[in-house]
Amino acid sequence: MSVTTTETLDLWDGQISTRVHRAGTGDPVVFLHGAAGLQWDPFLDGLAEQFTVFAPEHPGTTPGDPDGIRPLDHLWDLVLYYDELLGALGLDSAAIVGHSFGGMVAAEVAASFPSRVSKLVLISALGLWRDDAPVPNFMVMTPEEFVPLLVADQSGPVAATLLAPPDLESEEGQTAVIQSVWSLACTGKFIWPIPDRGLHKRLHRVTAETLIVWGHRDNLVKSVYADEFRQRIRGSRVEVIENAAHLPHLEQTERTLELVNSFLQS
Amino acid sequence: MKFLWFHLMPYKELPADFKDKHRSVWVDIHSSLFDPKRAHHMYNEFLDELEYAADCGFDAICCNEHHSNGYGLMPSPNLIATALARRTTDAAICVLGNSLALYNPPTRVAEEFAMIDCISGGRLIAGFPVGTPMDTTYAYGTNPSQLRDRYHEAHDLVLRAWTEKDTFAFNGRFNQQRYVNIWPRPIQQPHPPIWIPGAGSVETWRWAAQMDYVFCYLSYYGYKMAQTVMKGFWEEMARLGKDRNPYRAGFAQVIGVAESRQQAFDLYSEAAEYFYGRCLHVDPRFAAPPGYVTEATQRAGIESQVKMAAEGKAPVAGRTSSLSSLARDMKGIVENGYVVVGSPDEVVEQLRELATTLNVGQLMLMMQFGNLESETVKYNTRLFAEKVIPKLRPLFSEWENRWWPESLRHERQTVGA
Repeated sequence: MSVTTTETLDLWDGQISTRVHRAGTGDPVVFLHGAAGLQWDPFLDGLAEQFTVFAPEHPGTTPGDPDGIRPLDHLWDLVLYYDELLGALGLDSAAIVGHSFGGMVAAEVAASFPSRVSKLVLISALGLWRDDAPVPNFMVMTPEEFVPLLVADQSGPVAATLLAPPDLESEEGQTAVIQSVWSLACTGKFIWPIPDRGLHKRLHRVTAETLIVWGHRDNLVKSVYADEFRQRIRGSRVEVIENAAHLPHLEQTERTLELVNSFLQS
Repeated sequence: MKFLWFHLMPYKELPADFKDKHRSVWVDIHSSLFDPKRAHHMYNEFLDELEYAADCGFDAICCNEHHSNGYGLMPSPNLIATALARRTTDAAICVLGNSLALYNPPTRVAEEFAMIDCISGGRLIAGFPVGTPMDTTYAYGTNPSQLRDRYHEAHDLVLRAWTEKDTFAFNGRFNQQRYVNIWPRPIQQPHPPIWIPGAGSVETWRWAAQMDYVFCYLSYYGYKMAQTVMKGFWEEMARLGKDRNPYRAGFAQVIGVAESRQQAFDLYSEAAEYFYGRCLHVDPRFAAPPGYVTEATQRAGIESQVKMAAEGKAPVAGRTSSLSSLARDMKGIVENGYVVVGSPDEVVEQLRELATTLNVGQLMLMMQFGNLESETVKYNTRLFAEKVIPKLRPLFSEWENRWWPESLRHERQTVGA
């Protein structure tokens, strides 16, 4: 596991303190996490072997600072906030990897400020909507219901971790439950009731070289969305990963890393 | 004491196996269960019942707002209230209420309530609920993280629309209107009494007290289970330096009165079991969308759950624990005190205990519940008006009810009196 350090950035005119995890050396890569919050995982370890990884925590999802989300009302606030964040990290133009909700944010930033994003990796990204493949409302589901949508191998280690009941007797267990629900609230603010804020109208503005990574059996954001992104982002390409669903970077970490690392190095 | 006759307007023909075959009465209840031709009869029956209650001398008749709900057929309570305003003369019309955050622009509420106040001749009581998650965030798609902020902004807009004499511009976070100038204006000045239906949230109590509004606890689970909430409410009032005027508080109660206790059981058991078994079969997953409550409230909830479990009072489970443990059969329903049933004297005694222990002066009576036959509803209503109201009426007469339409503050005569 890589050595990570954290720093806290003072953003949005002093109203939002953002904690950013950092690891590795080399060219910068920014990772934007999904709706459930940031967990430092083997995928980020693998990225940090080749790059300097910056992994910010979405406002409000940092433990002890639930109100960090309050100053941001709408998608436009959010996009401007992320623009500020990249500036504060000293990154005029950076590679961004976004997963799920983080993929939507990455794509919105790349469409709004094309010069900010040199390379874009979208892993199982939210942000588009098709009536023939509606994204289920994962915020209303029990683990028993959403795990089969997220994971290809129901008896594998990723499913086991997600299905493990929280230990509500311990303070850590309670905090973990509160933290995961509150993370859904802070990200849900920009995707409830439907994870589409008009990104399809803006994707033509993306100039970053783009890699779209999707799990073959993603039942949350179905792989037709990979194609939807590809058609709308000029020059982009799709890589579909077998034996993976919505979390290819966790279920097929090596394969995902191989694709992402080689794309970012090219 | 004030007696308000409250109708939920439940769909009366949910199948017997509803609870086993369907996930929820609310949000995603299947359309195949709804027969519009049957609903035609139900709506007209329900309106008859409300008018009958007004004729019997109840102080007010009440309706409320729900969406995609098999036990509440009033997505627009204002339509019902208007129909009632036309057919009644002396009862207050209590709309509990309009979910402010769901109206775009919320000025619509100021307008429609002003219309009802004009049509009824100043008899409106205006309820402003934040709204349940099922109604607001699921059925209507409002963002849970913004619901309360939207509610408070809408409240401010409605109040200004009612009270400001000149056209004004409203520049809110969620609403922008260059020309706010409602026609008609309410008869009641400066505005109709405002009541806030809610649950056990300290923030709501404080706000209602600060604004000098009535707080209504609309539980379906009876006064025994309401003790903690109402005790907390009055303690908070004491901390805020407010008096214990019982008219500051309202409470809803399911009632079944008959000549004897046995007759009451015979008449009301089936409908009570229909109400608690089928109507209140709500998928608990809908109860807590992320962001509907603050992180602090969420933390307090988990901590109290764990504490109760440690004291052996409740099992620690997921989000489903609190609802699934509720009683659904008549024995449990009565033993747990969800419903007040019995002879007139027994009901008088139970309600006296309810009113004095909760210190509640505005009593909302659910005398139609579940699939109760309309004739039985009327029997229940009339007997209550004849034999129960006169005995309880003098309770709290030492207090002034400042939260009642001014033209109706005299005592109403009940039927048979």
